[in-house]
Amino acid sequence: MANTKEVRKQISSIKSTRKITSALEMVAASKIKKTQDLMFGGRPYSEKVKEVIEHIASSSSEYSHPFYEERKNKATCYIVVGSDKGLCGGLNINLFKKIVAEAAENQKNGIETSFALIGVKAVTFFSGLGGKVLGQATKLGDKPNPEDLIGLTKIVLDEQKKGNIDRVVLCSNKFVNTMTQQPTMQQLIPLTHGENEETSTSTQWDYIYEPEAKVLLDGLLTRYIESLIFQAVLENNACEQAAKMIAMKNATENAGDLIKELELLYNNVRQAAITQELSEIVGGAAAV
Amino acid sequence: MSEFKVSIVSSNEEIFSGSADMLYATGSLGEIGIAPGHSPLLTGLMPGPVRVCNGDNEETFFCSGGFIEVQPDVVTVLSDVAERADSMDEAKAIAAKEQAEKDLADNKDNVDFAKAASQLAEAAARLKTIQKLRKKI
Repeated sequence: MANTKEVRKQISSIKSTRKITSALEMVAASKIKKTQDLMFGGRPYSEKVKEVIEHIASSSSEYSHPFYEERKNKATCYIVVGSDKGLCGGLNINLFKKIVAEAAENQKNGIETSFALIGVKAVTFFSGLGGKVLGQATKLGDKPNPEDLIGLTKIVLDEQKKGNIDRVVLCSNKFVNTMTQQPTMQQLIPLTHGENEETSTSTQWDYIYEPEAKVLLDGLLTRYIESLIFQAVLENNACEQAAKMIAMKNATENAGDLIKELELLYNNVRQAAITQELSEIVGGAAAV
Repeated sequence: MSEFKVSIVSSNEEIFSGSADMLYATGSLGEIGIAPGHSPLLTGLMPGPVRVCNGDNEETFFCSGGFIEVQPDVVTVLSDVAERADSMDEAKAIAAKEQAEKDLADNKDNVDFAKAASQLAEAAARLKTIQKLRKKI
């Protein structure tokens, strides 16, 4: 039988853990709003870039960009967006599992797999796995800066232009609401032409390009992909805080349940000790 | 058509959205003025002011480079927040790559450490169970 001192020690340790988890819960709850604002703030830009890209796709441009080129898929690069910190439930691992499953599938089909990693958790997971890592960006903080992602994006896009990568997939968590985060995989390259068929056939027109189409399209498409990745990072941040809040809320509740159980045990043990002492005294008195 | 819609966005926020009858900006080939009904144009934007005029109202925004897309009735300015230059991009790319290689090298130690830690935890748990069993006997 456990003794009272042991149980008491356990109760107090769980109580202090509960204090930490409830504090973390409150921190996450206060950050949710901020990260969501950032997420929504980034949307106009990516929407506008997308509009422009769609306009370009519908115009009868004389120049076709390598990002639109459908090649035979021999090598795929996954841009993985993970969180920097843990304690956010199954958020990261759910996404990583999905990627690992696809990477295994790729291996069977003889498709080379490489990774570009964003976030400490993604880096530790995938470099431990032994995949080929093209580049990484970590410690972006609560307020990520688009500048921090430029290098990573450039590596991937350069490899694609050189022909070392045929397909680029962006993997991140999509923010559905505070309770649900959806791990998603979005194909970045080859870019798909939107549903512009009716507009492209009705009128034949093209932009005036200054200075020239190649440079501009290259720059714009790079910005487009950068903006998609940046948006994914912002969205993943919002997901992280939401998932953290839920995970910490559950942890706090579980700690409460555990404490209740332990207190019951403690009272049982104490009562048993008292009863035993009493019976010993009574037995002793009877013997005398 | 005497006015057109203008939206100026940066990757962090929407800077301006509204209508205008004239817009001035610094394109990559020089100063441009856009009047309503301009033919479709796509050009780079140099760092500098973008002036949006609507009647007597005039608003000026500073853009640190980006792109400008002109359609007859819509003008979209995509502004970069970051200062961009090809050489700087290159440096960042190299930094990101080096970081990955360095981490991969360091990570070997980390992985070993994690492995050792888990083995230690397992051994400790085993020891604890044995001690508990001893107490019962």
